[in-house]
Amino acid sequence: MTQGALAKAQESAAPVAPVAPSRLLVVIPAYNEANRIGSVVRKVRSQLAARAAGVLVVDDGSSDCTSEEARAAGATVATHPVNLGYGAALQTGYRFALRHGFASVLQMDADGQHDPASICALLDALDAGADVVVGSRFLHGGSYRPPLLRRIGMAIFGRIASYYAGMKLTDPTSGYQALSARALAFYDHDRYPPDYPDADVLSMVARHGLRLVEVPVRMLESPDGKSMHSGVLKPLYYIFRMSLALALVPLRRERP
Amino acid sequence: MTPTQRIFAVAASLVTFAVIIELIRRRKLREEYAFLWVVTGAVMIVLSSWYGLIEGITRLIGAVTVTTTLFLFALLFLLLISVHFTTVLSRLTVQVRRLTQELAILQASRRDLPAPGEHDRER
Repeated sequence: MTQGALAKAQESAAPVAPVAPSRLLVVIPAYNEANRIGSVVRKVRSQLAARAAGVLVVDDGSSDCTSEEARAAGATVATHPVNLGYGAALQTGYRFALRHGFASVLQMDADGQHDPASICALLDALDAGADVVVGSRFLHGGSYRPPLLRRIGMAIFGRIASYYAGMKLTDPTSGYQALSARALAFYDHDRYPPDYPDADVLSMVARHGLRLVEVPVRMLESPDGKSMHSGVLKPLYYIFRMSLALALVPLRRERP
Repeated sequence: MTPTQRIFAVAASLVTFAVIIELIRRRKLREEYAFLWVVTGAVMIVLSSWYGLIEGITRLIGAVTVTTTLFLFALLFLLLISVHFTTVLSRLTVQVRRLTQELAILQASRRDLPAPGEHDRER
């Protein structure tokens, strides 16, 4: 299928806003977000009305009607029959973009915490020649204050990743990013983690010679503010996984 | 080892080996995963029928009794096999992920979207 056909498919789902063939694909991974996905898709589409971008929601095996809501709001929907994880859902979006010849991807979360008003800042940095643009909640005095323990963990892992990357990474866990075609090709590989792409991925990106940039973004309050890393065992597993992944970064030679 | 012990050991390893081969013959155990099992079965037969070898190995690795050697090697084999399984599992995980993504991409690329008006949820 061509981009034109995709645009047509989106048109047929929501005839209000015709979508011309575009080179930007907005990828929104969603898992059980039926309540919020519709408004997120609509906000993104109105924000990007001038650019005429494609919007792809990757439904990661939701048990609610996330797919239907997203489709009703005018997004193209790719549905995983089973839940694969946040990273795998993103990767589905990347692979879709590559398959259909999109030149760049903008990814954001489905829970509405990423302010669509910041999209332009991310895209500008991408147009300026970056391969991976990370929307940072902390750059230039962001308002986001995570709990103490998480702040310590983020600081330590961020420090290590910054060392590998050769630049300061203030928010390596941010899911608000813009990617160039080169970055998409780099992510179209089994090395991309299926659970949570994090500081280790950004370290790989920078070591691979892709240009990495951070821009400040605004965060909206997430309506129920639940983190993906809550509970007792999950943070411990997270610490283990990140330590292992970061320790292996210099030991792996990534081939394109 | 008493003769009874030897007979039991040889019989047990022969049965194990036969079960493995039969499973492969019936394609319930795929050839590509059978390698370690066939080796295990063969080693069991050799060790149980050739007592001198196991005594030699015991002296070689500095173990005190023959049983220690047997348990040690049994454990090592099980360890190897489970590590092997984990690599197989990892490969399968990657393959399942890839297939699921491909399916989702194909489904999104097809124009199987519901006709306009079918969804009136939009407010």
